[in-house]
Amino acid sequence: MRDLVRVAWAIAAKDVLLEFRSRTAFASALVFTALVLAILNFARDPTAVSAHSLAPGALWITFTFAGMLGLNRAFGLERENRALDGLLLSPASRTAVYVGKVAANLVFVGAVEAVALPLFALFFNVPVVPVLGPLVLVIALATLGFVAVGTLMSSMAVNTRLAELMLPVLLLPFLVPPVTAAVQLTAHLFAGRPFSAAFGWLRLLLGYDVIFVAACILLFESTIEE
Amino acid sequence: MTPAERAQRTLRRTAPWIAVSLLLMAAVYVRALAFTPPEAAQGLAQKIFYVHVPSAWVAFLAFGIVGSVSLAYLVRKDPRLDLLAAAAAEVGMVFTTVVLVTGPIWGKPVWGTWWTWDARLTLTLFLWFVVLAYLVLRGAVQEPERRARYAAVLGILGSLLVPFIYVSVYLFRTVHPMPVVLRAGGPTLPGSMRVTLFFSLAVFTLFFAVLLRYRFALARLAEARARAAAERADA
Repeated sequence: MRDLVRVAWAIAAKDVLLEFRSRTAFASALVFTALVLAILNFARDPTAVSAHSLAPGALWITFTFAGMLGLNRAFGLERENRALDGLLLSPASRTAVYVGKVAANLVFVGAVEAVALPLFALFFNVPVVPVLGPLVLVIALATLGFVAVGTLMSSMAVNTRLAELMLPVLLLPFLVPPVTAAVQLTAHLFAGRPFSAAFGWLRLLLGYDVIFVAACILLFESTIEE
Repeated sequence: MTPAERAQRTLRRTAPWIAVSLLLMAAVYVRALAFTPPEAAQGLAQKIFYVHVPSAWVAFLAFGIVGSVSLAYLVRKDPRLDLLAAAAAEVGMVFTTVVLVTGPIWGKPVWGTWWTWDARLTLTLFLWFVVLAYLVLRGAVQEPERRARYAAVLGILGSLLVPFIYVSVYLFRTVHPMPVVLRAGGPTLPGSMRVTLFFSLAVFTLFFAVLLRYRFALARLAEARARAAAERADA
């Protein structure tokens, strides 16, 4: 167990360091996020739809698309110079490789979200600060589920003929439960309704995380054995 | 007998059953239109029930097969299991498409709209997307062994996803008609309609089994030929 954490940590640190040195994916994800948030303001008729009613959906569409950019990078990185083969030849367990990749992706997507959230509050004029605690919880839970499934999908997608184009086709259906739940919970928070009234959605989100993180850890081995 | 010959024999033996299923399906419709009373509120539009419900049943049966056979493949690594899962996904895709086409045709006169984001409609639509992803993924991987592994992973994850989509869309309101046969307190569907429905369910299940067998034999034949060609190239 300690070994697993150590190896996973090393893999995650390597990926984060690589990204920190180049910052190409991070910068493009940020620009992309800002653009989507700005464009979504023109996706509504301001006399008929208030920014508030569009806000929860806009937030999650932005997070989802920005996250997808990051996920594609995770295994695309390893394909260059067949770096993945080196990783698999090392005595690292497959589970550690997967956990490390998920951790690095969580850092990446989390960082994008951390910058996007204030921007979102500004553009959509939503009071984020009073509900920040529960909102961060919702974002963390939904992001965990989405990154866990997305990392597994991206390990398959990069080895297909369609490469990057394959990921959305594979991943988007799997985002229905976590994103629906997250949108509902976010709407609840922004409307100032108590968190307890949306307990069903929170349970759904937790259940999704538990089942899919477990399933992805078990199935990851099957996606990379050569 | 070589595998190719065996597959060909299965194809020859299964082909007549396709005709039998289609004839029985015509019989279902003769019974539904001429010998089953029209529904009081929905009129003739309700007749689509006898295609829609059996197709949905068969579609879910197909996904059950894809999920369980995928799991079996990852355990046993038998390439035949992979071909079976692929055949079930393809045939299931056809029946899901039938469900998604017949639903709106009924929905327009009865609900007044082609489509609504109701729980069951949404669930079926996303099932369709998952199977589509499954088939696209298969098409995008060349090497058979890797294709089988990837497809199995997606098949298993897809079957885990179904209950989650079901719960998440069910937390929204639903306007879809509620079950009329399998419900607490006994069936509300009148006897003659129930007979037609069960007849139709049986025929669709038979048709599904025949198509699945045929498609599976076809895949086996293609595989056997590819292997023979590879051996010739080696020699």
